[in-house]
Amino acid sequence: MDIAQARKERIDRGIKVRSDGLYALMSLKELSYLTLPRFLLIAGMLSLPFLMPGMYWQRVISIVCIYSLLALSFDFLAHYVGLVCLGGAFFIGMGGYIAGILNTYFGLPPVLTIPLATIIGGALSTFLLLPCLPLKGVYFAIVTLMYPLFMARIIEAFDIFGGTDGIIGIDSFSNHWVEQYVVIGVVLGFVFGLRRLVNMDIGLIFTAIMDNDQAVKASGINITLYRALAVFIASSMGCLGGACITHIYMWSGISQFALDFSILPIAATVIGGAGTLVGPVLGCLILVPVSELLRDFGTLRIVFYAVILVAFILFKSEGIMEFVQRKYEQFERWTKI
Amino acid sequence: MQIIVYGTINSVSLALMALGFAMVYGISRVPNFAHGALYIVCGFVCWIFLNSLGLNYFLAIILSLLVNALIGALMYRFVLIRVRGMNISEIIGSYAIGLAILEGLRWGGFKGMTYTLPVFMEGSITLGGVPVDYHRLLMMIIGVVLVGLLWAFTHYTKLGLALQGMAQDERAALMLGIDSDLMATLAMAFGAMLAGVAAILILPLGNIVVESGYHVLIMSIAVCIVGGLGSWMGAIVAAFLIGFTQILTVVYIGSHFQMVVAILAIILTLIVKPSGLFGRQHELEERV
Repeated sequence: MDIAQARKERIDRGIKVRSDGLYALMSLKELSYLTLPRFLLIAGMLSLPFLMPGMYWQRVISIVCIYSLLALSFDFLAHYVGLVCLGGAFFIGMGGYIAGILNTYFGLPPVLTIPLATIIGGALSTFLLLPCLPLKGVYFAIVTLMYPLFMARIIEAFDIFGGTDGIIGIDSFSNHWVEQYVVIGVVLGFVFGLRRLVNMDIGLIFTAIMDNDQAVKASGINITLYRALAVFIASSMGCLGGACITHIYMWSGISQFALDFSILPIAATVIGGAGTLVGPVLGCLILVPVSELLRDFGTLRIVFYAVILVAFILFKSEGIMEFVQRKYEQFERWTKI
Repeated sequence: MQIIVYGTINSVSLALMALGFAMVYGISRVPNFAHGALYIVCGFVCWIFLNSLGLNYFLAIILSLLVNALIGALMYRFVLIRVRGMNISEIIGSYAIGLAILEGLRWGGFKGMTYTLPVFMEGSITLGGVPVDYHRLLMMIIGVVLVGLLWAFTHYTKLGLALQGMAQDERAALMLGIDSDLMATLAMAFGAMLAGVAAILILPLGNIVVESGYHVLIMSIAVCIVGGLGSWMGAIVAAFLIGFTQILTVVYIGSHFQMVVAILAIILTLIVKPSGLFGRQHELEERV
């Protein structure tokens, strides 16, 4: 058949249509069609520590989870609230330093420092970002990109919290199984929690603020309050990741404000599928191990993921997740015009 | 006196760095986050022409500027054109290209050994009791001449007027037969060339290091934001503002705080008046 005389047609699979409504509960087949992707994600994440060959790769899994948290928070803020935050490193650094300070100066154990760093870090980051909340688009992006650089320079210039050496001698997790299951559990919790959140009333308000803030304002809703709330949720996730990474490496320092933490999550979101919330986790699962494999090549790995990023933005801007989801739910066929 | 002389020199070099960024944003509304990378590439290409191919210094400069313009144009034609108008993709895309170029240079043996470009003229002169070498003086003169030429170019040549028309209203420009894609490509090429000019003028004062690419990017963003994105006059005024503030902080507080000032300037300007000193954006577009 000549290409010019045919077009591709996409139709929902029968099972997808049947399992759309409440009647999916009547049949095991349809139930399993619905739960299979979720089950795969949960089981896959939980079994990862067992599948990894050694301590080194198990550590990589923890790092994957921390980047996933950041990528999730970026995806949530950018595609459900409309705030593009390029400063993931700011959250990591805040959480990391707060956990480090609480642990070394006040002697609190990791069980307490991680939740405390999450809450305090989230509140502090939100407070510091509060003046920029009325900004939109490229302005918010640039200002958030500057925050982590600013914090790093401040710490360097005033020589506080160990200056350029950072805070050393921080407690680690009790063992590496605890470490991994804590971060994996947190990531899974946030993936499903955020999915629930964006479908609730408050999620509706967030999306409305993204689409038309003037209209939301006109309905008597305080948009700055809701934006602050969204930033608090996202920054808490970042701070949680930062606190975990501090306890994993038993160290917190200026490099936690490095651009790596701002760029890789964004790359992961673009590759995984923007606005899907699961996509960023998938993106991290691909990108972080690849960049570990390329560690021998030094800075070439940054070139590598920058090139992947550009390629995805240009040629596959929907991301892996959307693509897979389409294949799972629809089939394609050629039809005559 | 010292403060005035060094402040002016610092301001002129900041203005040189920022001009390219301001031009690209002003005309095509693309925030070119690869600006710092283009700056370093030009220095590197010039070094290759000069040392590996053994060309005349003047010829090497001209050729490296042309190469840089070509890189800028290709970058726009093949990558940025496809994401134009999508703010986030523009930023991420151009930043990723810049990152790839800079880290690629770092990986490709562009480290360890120090690479330097020769100064144009040896020797120095005393201005009001402060010794200033000829190169810095020349840099200031070329900077002023360049701004003048740019002004004349955009106001009196057909191409310059077309670029300006597109900056003011792209749709109207399209209706009058101005090819907006071609103009944006040209703007990008000019922007890259200006980054190159800045590199050629500033790099001989120090080593060519990859880190300064990031530094240049941050400084030019700072200058452009304080001056108002898309406004050239604003960028120049802001360059003087930040330049003098930086020198004052170095003299009275300490050189650690030089970068803090620049970043603080960005954050404060964005919070207080996002359109900058001379921005032409309407308040409603950027604020709720």
